[in-house]
Amino acid sequence: MLYALLCYDSEEVVGAWTKEQDDAAIAKLEVVQKELARQGKLGPVARLMPTTAATTLRKGKETIVLDGPFAETKEALLGFFIVDCASLDEAIAVAKDLGKASSSNGCYEIRPLSLFRPGAAGS
Amino acid sequence: MNDLGWIDLALRSARPRAVGALLRYFRDLDAAEEAFQEACLSALKTWPENGPPRDPAAWLIFVGRNSAIDSLRRQSKQQALPDEEQLSEDGTDAEADLAERLDGAHYRDDILRLLFICCHPELPATQQIALALRIVCGLTVKEISRAFLVGDTAMEQRITRAKSRIAAAEIPFETPDAHDRAERLAAVAAVIYLMFNEGYSATGGDAHIRAPLCDEAIRLGRLLLRLFRDEPEIMGLLALMLLQHARTEARLDADGNIVLLEDQDRARWNRPSINEGLALLDKAIRHQRPGPYQVQSAIAALHARAARAADTDWAQIERLYATLERLQPSPVVTLNRAVALSKVEGPEAALALIEPLGPQLASYFHFFGVRGALLMQLGRADEARASLDRAIALARTAAEAAHIRLQIDRLLNRGGEPCPSAN
Repeated sequence: MLYALLCYDSEEVVGAWTKEQDDAAIAKLEVVQKELARQGKLGPVARLMPTTAATTLRKGKETIVLDGPFAETKEALLGFFIVDCASLDEAIAVAKDLGKASSSNGCYEIRPLSLFRPGAAGS
Repeated sequence: MNDLGWIDLALRSARPRAVGALLRYFRDLDAAEEAFQEACLSALKTWPENGPPRDPAAWLIFVGRNSAIDSLRRQSKQQALPDEEQLSEDGTDAEADLAERLDGAHYRDDILRLLFICCHPELPATQQIALALRIVCGLTVKEISRAFLVGDTAMEQRITRAKSRIAAAEIPFETPDAHDRAERLAAVAAVIYLMFNEGYSATGGDAHIRAPLCDEAIRLGRLLLRLFRDEPEIMGLLALMLLQHARTEARLDADGNIVLLEDQDRARWNRPSINEGLALLDKAIRHQRPGPYQVQSAIAALHARAARAADTDWAQIERLYATLERLQPSPVVTLNRAVALSKVEGPEAALALIEPLGPQLASYFHFFGVRGALLMQLGRADEARASLDRAIALARTAAEAAHIRLQIDRLLNRGGEPCPSAN
């Protein structure tokens, strides 16, 4: 089963990192990712730009384009990993590993995928 | 984070909202700052054990308000409120939710007010910036004095003076109407851009010390845009700062010499920063409400989009500067348009455009730099030399002077190479 690990965290806190702190945070996460990649379990990984760069389109008869993210919450969706795990337990274990390597609080939402097309953009 | 660094970060990012709300309660800047300090001390005591509260700002507002009220009650020998330790063991979240409900509706205006009082028009620009760094960003006096390259005592005095001037002035506590809000927003945006430029225009050996000014300005720009999500000029301001800041590493060489925009190693430009700037500019343009920040960021974007200096769309840049001249007439803008014009139509047209600016820009380093370069291109070596000498005399940093000397060397050795002012 493919799982999406959606990273939610306080943008204000993560945005306040210095470049050194940010680089260190990414480096620690990459150690875990490398191991997952070695096991053939790692799919696409994405880091999203701050929600200030987001635009939301409300569907309907007439679509409305709004500035900002889908919802204004304390913790925003900052990025995601796609991992291939045999079970939810394994996906939770992977999320725990990432969590240990992570430099902030926040949380991971673990959501199984029902459709996955790797695509070719950006590669 | 294994160490307690996360608490520092959480306190820092909660600061504008918390101090803004406490200012609304106490209507006094010193009282608000003191209450925030108290709340931070409580946080340092309780968060490592209990973990962070769900909403750090709401927690700090609640605890800060209570500690201040508590000390008032103690003074008046009334019954005290429960102390902070008890508070954070039970029901913190419920209490914080209450504070959040109280504040949620206000926090936008709270933060804007906090920023706005730092932008008091009676304060000189450097005091506005220093105050914003101290009160909103929470930088220490030491950090601020380092950023401004002055002594700690001098900066301490400057901030104290600025604060007492604000205290004497009327702080606007009523909820602003749309017009007032727009005015405050514009004033705050201007000071944030001043702060950015204070860091950005300082080139030379001290540049690395002043980078924090740029970082803080960008942080405040983000904060402002999160509060006012659909303001195209705020998008433009943040885009502009991100696009300019992206070039930082390429702007000086290993010896601290200025590297011109067209000579910069574009591989050293910060791509994520550029991409974010471009995304914000795209969002802003959709609104079709152009303004000076959007136009300036569109100019920066054209530079960022050019893979090589030779690919720069100077004709479009010239048109954008012409738009900027209409929106915000200034001899400096015209000077910049002249640089673009020289690329499109040649040095003669550019020189004709800037000659009338002489009296207004008589003490402006870049004017004589650009003028000298244009004269150089036209083969008028003696006049070029005189203009560049004047530029050296007006240079604010060693790097600026060194840069012009290099131009003079080229003039003496080979003659005739373009030298735009901006990098």
